[in-house]
Amino acid sequence: MRLAPRLLVAPFLWFAFFVLIPLIIVMIVSLAQRGPYGIIQWTFGLQNYFNAFNLRYSGILVESLKLASVTSLICLALGVLIAWAMATADARLRSFYVMALALPFLTNLIIRIYAIRLFVGVDGPLQMTLSHLGINFDPYAFTQNKVLVLYGMVTTYLPFMVFPLYGAFEKFDFNLVEAAQDLGANSLQVFFKVLLPNLKTAMGTGLILVFVPALGEYVIPDLLGGAKNMLLGNLITEQFLKSRDWPMGSALSVILMAILLMFSALVVLLRKRTKHGA
Amino acid sequence: MAHEKRRPAAPLVAKVLLIITIVFLYVPIAVMLLSAVLVRTEGELNFTFKYFLEVFQDESLMDALKNSFIVGLGSSLLATILGTLAALGLHRQKNAMTFLVHGLSLLSLIFPEIVFALSLLSWFFVLKMELGLFTVVLAHISFTLAFAMMTVLARLASLDLSFEEAAKDLGASDWQIYRKIILPLLKPAILGGFILSFLLSFDDFLITYFVNGVGQDTLPVKLYSSMKMGITPKLNALSSLMFLMTLSGLIFFFRSSAFRVFFEQGRGKHAEERKEISQ
Repeated sequence: MRLAPRLLVAPFLWFAFFVLIPLIIVMIVSLAQRGPYGIIQWTFGLQNYFNAFNLRYSGILVESLKLASVTSLICLALGVLIAWAMATADARLRSFYVMALALPFLTNLIIRIYAIRLFVGVDGPLQMTLSHLGINFDPYAFTQNKVLVLYGMVTTYLPFMVFPLYGAFEKFDFNLVEAAQDLGANSLQVFFKVLLPNLKTAMGTGLILVFVPALGEYVIPDLLGGAKNMLLGNLITEQFLKSRDWPMGSALSVILMAILLMFSALVVLLRKRTKHGA
Repeated sequence: MAHEKRRPAAPLVAKVLLIITIVFLYVPIAVMLLSAVLVRTEGELNFTFKYFLEVFQDESLMDALKNSFIVGLGSSLLATILGTLAALGLHRQKNAMTFLVHGLSLLSLIFPEIVFALSLLSWFFVLKMELGLFTVVLAHISFTLAFAMMTVLARLASLDLSFEEAAKDLGASDWQIYRKIILPLLKPAILGGFILSFLLSFDDFLITYFVNGVGQDTLPVKLYSSMKMGITPKLNALSSLMFLMTLSGLIFFFRSSAFRVFFEQGRGKHAEERKEISQ
């Protein structure tokens, strides 16, 4: 239709003005320097990128990569099994499970974290139970630590893994499982030889959907991790809102995007290769 | 009804893990709901609704709620209009412009939220725009636009081409085809896109946190800063209310046609099965 191209003008301008240009601005700012009083000095150089790899920052980067990877792997392992159990339940239960997993996911993140803090907090049910049992613990170490951050991350990102996998299971022809069982395959063999090869695409999608937001996460480590557990997202936010070193914060976010781009490309590439091999 | 194909049960480990996960997801929420109505005073647990009343009497919370609605309605309205235009423009066209719009929408979807937030902050700074609810609305339109577009596009892809062709054969102009045929058919998807954008906007914390002005918090931002101060029965009540809102929204959504728009495409078979079962 001849009208169609004209309809695209407004959305295109919006995307260009509020997605593309801001991104370019960040790239330009990342090459500038921080001046006195947090003013941006427009002298260009790669200094911020060199600084990003010094010991203080690279430690945070490694920590963030570790947390995002562990989160992704736990979500993957849990997700495959959970989606399998969901997809093989009977139809009525299936929609119940979908809703049960979707509800916390649609609930505001801040509220879910609030609930977790309430649960583990001083006077919370967990600490009360422990002290009733006569177990000694440090009440404050309990409310902010790495395990809690991991718990928050997994419960937040699990649906991103489960739903693509559930979709793949829905399309899967379960006659194949029965055939394998008739031929004497046990559960492990069914899992690795029949199911897993059919889940590769969904697993790749899930890994990207979990890893990408997990690496830049700010809220969960901020509210559940305490000041000691600084991660990339917190570091970037701090550069922008507290130290007012925008050029450094911009450089770190460009690095963040570069890592995510490489990771996504790797997943897509691996997926393609296994497809050709099969 | 054709009997559904048999699905051999998953191993016990998987089933147990599913139940444990659901328990782990809901225990903190259940504790939060209970703490809002069961409050300890002088060592005794008392059942009370008074903290819910306090939430409604708290002016700063009500202001935050108002801001959330202003931002949510304003941004989702514009995002839906722009998203519908984009979807109509992309539908069955392929040229440099559709390639660009598609690429940019994907870019906006895969952007890490934090980069989205700070890039907009930098841009508003360069433009010398004062931060406030207006910049929040602009930011929210930018990150929800692609979602609204995808929702409408999915519905468009499943539309029967023959409607348009028949109308064209009968001499309808492009404009008439859009107005009289395509838009009415798209109504549920457009509504779905609107609801989705509103929910995304209403729930957003990070982007709002970066680009909002002083003293113009939305509800999630307000909750975040109150939570830094500590946990109170009033906050329990507020969080419980917001959770119950999501729950009723989800139930409504699950029954409405807007929800089916998401699930029918690509999973048509399953939706049909469900219909057959419910009959």
